[in-house]
Amino acid sequence: MLAILLRRFVSMVLIMAVISFALFLIFESDKSSVAAKVLGQYSLPEQREIWLEKNGYNRPFAERYLSWVGNFLTGKWGQSIQFDQPVSELLLPRLANTGILGGFVFFITIGISLVLGVLSGISEASFKDRAITVFSVLTTSVPEFASATLLVAIFVFWLDWLPGTSPFTNGFELAELVLPVSVLVIYNFGYYTRMTRASMAEVMTSQYVRTAILKGIPFRSVVLKHALRNALIAPFTVMVLQLNYLLSGVIVVEVFFAYKGFGKLLYDSALFGDIYVVEACTMVAVFVAVLSQVISDIGYTLLNPRIRYS
Amino acid sequence: MTDKTADHATPPSGLSQFFKALGLLRESRIGMFGVILVGFWVIMAIIAPLLPLHPPNTPMVPLQGPFTTMEDGTNFWLGTDHKGRDILSRLIWGSQLVLLWSTLATIVAYAVGIMLGVAAGYLGGWWDEAISFFANVLLSFPVMVLYLIIITYLGSSGFNVIIAVTFATGPAIMRIVRGLVLDLRTRDYVAAAEVRGERPLYIMIVELLPNARGPLIVDVCLRLGYTAITIALLGYLGIGLPPPDPDWGKMIAEAQPLGSFGANGAIWPAIAISMLVLGLNMLADGLREISLRD
Repeated sequence: MLAILLRRFVSMVLIMAVISFALFLIFESDKSSVAAKVLGQYSLPEQREIWLEKNGYNRPFAERYLSWVGNFLTGKWGQSIQFDQPVSELLLPRLANTGILGGFVFFITIGISLVLGVLSGISEASFKDRAITVFSVLTTSVPEFASATLLVAIFVFWLDWLPGTSPFTNGFELAELVLPVSVLVIYNFGYYTRMTRASMAEVMTSQYVRTAILKGIPFRSVVLKHALRNALIAPFTVMVLQLNYLLSGVIVVEVFFAYKGFGKLLYDSALFGDIYVVEACTMVAVFVAVLSQVISDIGYTLLNPRIRYS
Repeated sequence: MTDKTADHATPPSGLSQFFKALGLLRESRIGMFGVILVGFWVIMAIIAPLLPLHPPNTPMVPLQGPFTTMEDGTNFWLGTDHKGRDILSRLIWGSQLVLLWSTLATIVAYAVGIMLGVAAGYLGGWWDEAISFFANVLLSFPVMVLYLIIITYLGSSGFNVIIAVTFATGPAIMRIVRGLVLDLRTRDYVAAAEVRGERPLYIMIVELLPNARGPLIVDVCLRLGYTAITIALLGYLGIGLPPPDPDWGKMIAEAQPLGSFGANGAIWPAIAISMLVLGLNMLADGLREISLRD
């Protein structure tokens, strides 16, 4: 167990290191373009040279990279060009907003897909199973920006029930959260449902479940006490691994609804050329993604006794 | 896949294989739905130049609703957008763009993914370590982040969209192929080829690749769907194919700031992309169903 953890941790650090180097190479290897971005297109060459010297850009590449890593680890993420604000001050509230959105989506999706997946998995090939499967294929095929368009057309323009954007200008409002959360749940629950269904259906045909049923244990408690725990191993791993894809969807939805989250910040900064914000956002996103892989591994180990005790 | 010996004895041509699969698909209802949906858009894309459509980029009367007939008898079946361009025409010409670029991007991503996957799986050792690590690094990015970085760094063009898609999906394809090859390389015919003294490159291309084909067909359908989404999505985000050609995602992006006036211009491309992706997903389901059956 400890060995697995250690190996995962080492590979996580290695991946982060490679990515940080690639990012630095992409965005900061050409120092004159950095100066042009920070000082603006119309700055004079002398100004740029002074700025480069003052900020240590005239040092050798390796030294610059190492000091960048050092600064990054100690939370000195630079100054946003677009917003003229320290990146860390800018990023943290945005991350909190995305956390709210992502948290709602994650738990609602898990709730719906576990119920539907188990319901269709315990009665394979029944009408209920087929209906749930078709429904989840249907919803998974509608990309986020398309379902957002359709939901906005229905609930905002036609019925006029909900606001069509979510900028939170008057503080937190639950109504503004409904559409973004719905869009992401609709797109994501189908995949989880099918995973849960497949896993549940497999466990239900196993020897020990048949034994339990033949022993006369009520079906309900066979499902809840015997089958569910084993059936959840595969979906759990997938769900946590899918955080990566969820994050991609979150970016799209935040842009669509003008939601002031991390994804919108990354999008705006990438288009603007706000390199320090892009670097920080990317590192945070990759960190979350890699961390979710480690968590999924640990969870898998904890849930599966065959691995836990080996 | 299950019928390996027969497969190896008489390698059928790709085309006849394709028609055989289509014939088998008739048994799967969900697969047939998929064929119809995808076929609809493929046919639309092919016959677009023959249809009596308004030119897709010419401004006429702005912001007409669906089923409008003007005084001079011109019809706008789905209405017009804010610049007065016919939505139906843009939708159908847009299908050409989405299908063309998503197919191209998928082919390139597959070529790269298969090459790396076969190399990693067959050569093993240091090759496998290096390729797998590289794939893991790329897979650690949320795909949208990867797209944003690549496209803002390289600039937006059709070619760069292909590069971005290759970076984002190549590693996943490589992993699948690697897994398949790890399984296949223990087969007798690989050992036989090794004994004959064939070079690794020959074994990879002639012996391993054709036999890894089966499970990949399902994945191709799914991935074509994802790529179609990606192309439209990049268009929506304004970092896809350059204007003014009609791109479904861009149509949504252009209509969105108009609020309720733009709703008509936005829902049609949203429905179109959903139809196409749904078709591809159902096709994949149908193919999976048949491949499990025999």
